[in-house]
Amino acid sequence: MSATLSRQRKRIADPAFRWFVTLAGASVFVILAGMVIRTTNDAWPIFQYQGFFSFLTGDQWLAGSSRTDSDFTGTYGAWPFIYGTLVTALIAIVIALPLALCVAFYINQLAPKRLRNPLSYSVEMLAAVPSIIFGMWGFFWLLPNVLRPFLEWLESTFGWINLAGWKPFEGPVFGSSYLAAGIVLAIMILPIITAIVREVIAVNPVDQQHAAYALGATRFEVMRKVVLPSSFSGIVAASMLGLGRAVGETVAVMMLIGSTKSWDGSLLSAGDSMAAHIAARFGEATPETTKALMAIGVVLFLFTMIINIGARLLVWRIGRVSGDAAV
Amino acid sequence: MATGLATPLTPHGGRRPTEGAPVVFELGGVNVSYGTHRAVRDVSMDIHEREITALIGPSGCGKSTVLRCLNRMNDLVPGASVSGKVAYRGADLYGADVDSIEVRRRIGMVFQKPNPFPKSIYDNVAYGLRFGPDRLSRSDLDDRVEAALTSAALWDEVKDKLNSSGHALSGGQQQRLCIARAVAVRPDVVLMDEPCSALDPIATAKIEDLMQKLADEFTLVIVTHNMQQAARVSDRTAFFTADTDSEGVRHGRLVEYDATEKIFNRPADQRTEDYISGRFG
Repeated sequence: MSATLSRQRKRIADPAFRWFVTLAGASVFVILAGMVIRTTNDAWPIFQYQGFFSFLTGDQWLAGSSRTDSDFTGTYGAWPFIYGTLVTALIAIVIALPLALCVAFYINQLAPKRLRNPLSYSVEMLAAVPSIIFGMWGFFWLLPNVLRPFLEWLESTFGWINLAGWKPFEGPVFGSSYLAAGIVLAIMILPIITAIVREVIAVNPVDQQHAAYALGATRFEVMRKVVLPSSFSGIVAASMLGLGRAVGETVAVMMLIGSTKSWDGSLLSAGDSMAAHIAARFGEATPETTKALMAIGVVLFLFTMIINIGARLLVWRIGRVSGDAAV
Repeated sequence: MATGLATPLTPHGGRRPTEGAPVVFELGGVNVSYGTHRAVRDVSMDIHEREITALIGPSGCGKSTVLRCLNRMNDLVPGASVSGKVAYRGADLYGADVDSIEVRRRIGMVFQKPNPFPKSIYDNVAYGLRFGPDRLSRSDLDDRVEAALTSAALWDEVKDKLNSSGHALSGGQQQRLCIARAVAVRPDVVLMDEPCSALDPIATAKIEDLMQKLADEFTLVIVTHNMQQAARVSDRTAFFTADTDSEGVRHGRLVEYDATEKIFNRPADQRTEDYISGRFG
């Protein structure tokens, strides 16, 4: 009996499949490159006209009406929007991260067994709620019923605070503000951070937790001294994902931040964020303004890129440090 | 009825129960359930001070579950519940005013797989000393760490590298580090859940020697699947088996509990004899 090991039939599907998945993989680069090049290209005349640095730091934004790539008439200082993005995203992460840690820890370690699955499903469902719904709920219900009274209370209680000229809770209170947008953002990014942190905590080695419990550690001590340190890189990654979402979030911020072109140190003031400003203005924009909005888009993209790289560096560095200890 | 074996199958270490040793744990009709499943049923036994009590039996017989009742580690398993009497030095271990944290500071535990923290050797041993009510000074802490490592027979091997990672030690050293960590808080009892099952024979022999020394200071309860080990190191042995009730539910039961020497030479129950002579399990 002779067994032949050469190919017995033609296989077309396999090479076709290989080509298809290769193309799909390559498309990632094509899309990324196409987007970066196209946006930067459109925005370039504005950066040339205004100067990149003064585009970032200027706080005057006056849209012009030129229809060509020259003869610009506007003034483009994007600082009020950059500031609004940074402040709202920071407020969001500062509120959301500790809460997410608590929720994740509760679900994993404290919740009764029959509650665990419903709770984690609900968290994941919340993470999938479209942001327009958060925005509407935030604007029509949360703002008048909860946020406005809360902001007024902040203003009347802490309005006097003055840190070297910075008055974080200075009035008047209009409702729509950096803080209102930041709080709604926090609620929005809470579920996504919680969902990831929960998974990170869930794969934390149980034997070390048990070792700590067996020495008489309380649940809080086990969380603080065993679970958190060894889950740190995952928690950083989760926060960066949340931060990225907060920085890029458009609709909900647009509805709650108040849409002004000025900026103010008080968290109770209205302002605008990069994404929200682009979304609000591009419909009626002149060709010149469109280019200016593209330029904001480039800056926004740079921000998200910096956050991503920062997260990777942080995770890499922590991994190296704790990896040394664990060898 | 078992008649006893002509020649002992396992060399006996020579330890014998002490007459009149005080009772540390008194178990009466203990059941452990996970959800609605009664996993261990009707266990009654006394564990005596400064003795080594071995719990042996085939897998699924509930020996580890019973061990985890003694320092309330079962509290951490969602849905686990313990009924029956578990008294520790006369007090109900599951009483309403008993704090499981305090219980675990008195009753330490060493696990199957060595589980040092990803920290230095020093920090591993000092771990349990750094929380809780008493804050120790640096020099007291140093003394306690040295004493713990000495009683775990590890001091001479690590005294020059206290700051290197606990994970850099060999498996046997890691397990002795875990023992040092457990005894550093000066517990009354040390529970060991198959402490040698992940170790090679030489490391196992060292831990067994160590157990003999530790028994001068502490009450030890060890779970082991290794019958020879139980015979070599313990004063008393409890033999558990997995049983099936009339509804077909598997559960663990205590078959026989007696002096180790008697369990291994003249077991009273046929099932014990079958197990120790290797006919099943």
